Amino acid sequence: MDFELNEIQTMLADSIEKFIVNDYDFETRQKYAGNDLGYSKDVWQTFAELGWTAVPFSEDDGGFDGGPVEMMVVMERLGRGLVVEPYLANVVLAGGVLKRAAGEKQKADWLQAMMAGELQTTVAFVERQARYEVNNVATTATKDGDSWVINGAKGYVLNGDNAELLIIPARTSGEQNDRDGITLFGVAANSDGVAIRGYETVDGNRAAEISLKNVSVSADHVIGEVGEGYAALSGAISDATLAVCAEAVGIMTAMTEKTIEYAKSRVQFGVPISSFQALQHRMVEMYTACEQSRSLMMWAAMAIADDNEDSARAIHSLKYQIGVAGTRVGEEAVQIHGGMGVVWDLDVPHYFKRLTAINILFGNADWHLDQLATASGS
Amino acid sequence: MNVTFTAEDLEFRAEVRKYFETEFPQDILDMQNKSIPLSREDVVRWHKHIYEKGWAAANWPTEYGGTGWTPVQKYIFADEQARANAPVFLTFGVGMVGPVIYTYGSEEQKQRFLPDILEFNTWWCQGYSESGAGSDLASLKTRAELNGDHYVVNGSKTWNTLGHFADWIFCLVRTNTDVARRQEGISFVLIDMKQPGVTIKPIVLLDGEPEVNEIFFDNVKVPLENLVGEEGKGWTYGKVLLQHERTGSAQVARSKYSLQRLRKLANESIDGGTRLADDRIFMRKVAAAEVELKALEYTELRTLASISSGKAPGPESSILKIAGTDLIQRIDSLYLEASGYYALPYVREQYVLDFPAEDYVGEGTETISALTYFNHRKHTIFAGSNEIQKNIIAKHVLGL
Repeated sequence: MDFELNEIQTMLADSIEKFIVNDYDFETRQKYAGNDLGYSKDVWQTFAELGWTAVPFSEDDGGFDGGPVEMMVVMERLGRGLVVEPYLANVVLAGGVLKRAAGEKQKADWLQAMMAGELQTTVAFVERQARYEVNNVATTATKDGDSWVINGAKGYVLNGDNAELLIIPARTSGEQNDRDGITLFGVAANSDGVAIRGYETVDGNRAAEISLKNVSVSADHVIGEVGEGYAALSGAISDATLAVCAEAVGIMTAMTEKTIEYAKSRVQFGVPISSFQALQHRMVEMYTACEQSRSLMMWAAMAIADDNEDSARAIHSLKYQIGVAGTRVGEEAVQIHGGMGVVWDLDVPHYFKRLTAINILFGNADWHLDQLATASGS
Repeated sequence: MNVTFTAEDLEFRAEVRKYFETEFPQDILDMQNKSIPLSREDVVRWHKHIYEKGWAAANWPTEYGGTGWTPVQKYIFADEQARANAPVFLTFGVGMVGPVIYTYGSEEQKQRFLPDILEFNTWWCQGYSESGAGSDLASLKTRAELNGDHYVVNGSKTWNTLGHFADWIFCLVRTNTDVARRQEGISFVLIDMKQPGVTIKPIVLLDGEPEVNEIFFDNVKVPLENLVGEEGKGWTYGKVLLQHERTGSAQVARSKYSLQRLRKLANESIDGGTRLADDRIFMRKVAAAEVELKALEYTELRTLASISSGKAPGPESSILKIAGTDLIQRIDSLYLEASGYYALPYVREQYVLDFPAEDYVGEGTETISALTYFNHRKHTIFAGSNEIQKNIIAKHVLGL
């Protein structure tokens, strides 16, 4: 039994921590989040050069051969840095689909290019009516000779207005909620019939509403088998769920530390507010929430790494925990910071906003709890 | 990073499982499963059985008769003990006074007391709290005045668990009132209960059981050789002991099997009624408790892993008592909820082995659920209330 990182994982952790400390302070982050792209191209290139964009891919695919534990290591640190570069959309989501289902040529054209930092990608996994059910796909694709024609709309597409390659789940057979009959298409963002309306999201990232009208896609842009896209899609969503939970653990830990630091330095009634028991107990609860979340994160990462029977339950448990504990920690950090907790120029409120977004991403706490409650037995 | 058990660990688990399934007194397990209270004789008998097996003292050094188990083996043992629904060790002897005696006691005290603690020949109880000294334990007033070769003890102790069964009591007493810090005048003494001047008065708790007592000391003579360690150092020894008490109080394995049994219960239908498993709101609460349990389980494993690799337990260990006892109470309230009306009949008399089945009220342990829920309110109060635990974490872990 061992909860320590191995040598390679430690090196990875150290290099990201060093980058965050030296090159990614809060002011810099705000500058990147506020520019037109919503991130820094230079920083993204650095990620690619340092190999961070290659972490979860096999050596055969030109990757680092990392698993869930390595992903956890990366994301926890990106969380601490409140990094806005589109790692989740590119590496975890699009990469997660491509590594599972893409053919050799697609890997060469898309996955390698993404890893090299040369191609911006995303997966459009949300439809307006579907809420958190990724199998609820109303967008259709119909065969037209050697091509497919896609019609429909995708919402809240992360990195949607920067992406050059859109991975679009579309229904090629079956009913709207069927897991079978979903096909994944690699669609160039500049294809005819693709309309992209980009926007900022509350947590300093970018997303888009995308409509697809008679978009013609050649058959060699089908990722995996026709009608069998759900496995790769849900696999990538599962990776991404673990990833944002690890990101949240990084954020929660940073917020707790910052809150303790602030409470020790803030003087009212002639004493630091950290001397008040009413606040001390609340900070202990924040600390407890972080440690319990970290424990579950480790369980989930190991369960997925072992691919054991617990892995689905682990993901639901972890996301539920993060939803509840993250919201709690975020709200408490803001409250204990007082007026400083609601000021745009301070980092704490931005951490809070990211935690709020993470609770919603890939299903909120209630949704995941419901999956656990309806599962038969433990 | 991994949580796989070694082949030796798995072999050990099989051995412990076999012990509880075949060797351990099965009538005790039967009583446990039927929530039948154990008599003093029952408790002594099963402790002695484990002693005979050589497993009485997982926490003790081997030179005093400890098992020499690794932290992982201790975890496995506790897990199997809970899986079998075997009773929880009585902690006062092996868990509490034993470690104080072998750490701070004289050679003579070790030889005199440790073997009987290990073998469960003496039943120990704890004299810490007083009516005016609960969370603020250092304000205790029970006085021990030196008179030649003995102390004369006057005062009283309260919340004394199962003292009516006990032969000996370990007490924190005040030996000096003229000190700069209140903590300094406190000493740790061992008192024979069977002597003039010691009286014991039961306190009936909210479940109707006289589980705890008040104990009065009226000019009780305690020989100087029953002072453990140095006079005035009792506070330090007592705190060490409380740490032993706190790590055990999370009861993670108990909660795990208790939740598993609850899932099973929820899948059963009584007299053709609706299964609780179909009640989505209830099952959400069960699922939430299971998540809490998993987090706790892994926090405990992280602690064990640090101890195994020779490090001090990490700061995460400090949250075990709070999280563990919160979960115990949450599970109790789920059992209460599961029992519906049948949580309410107060029929203690049916909890005996030969009670006629046709007169039994409720199914299984339904009618014990409210009593357990009531009784277990104590978990967040004893061993330093959870609010005191938060004070400790605030000060020692977060540096507030």
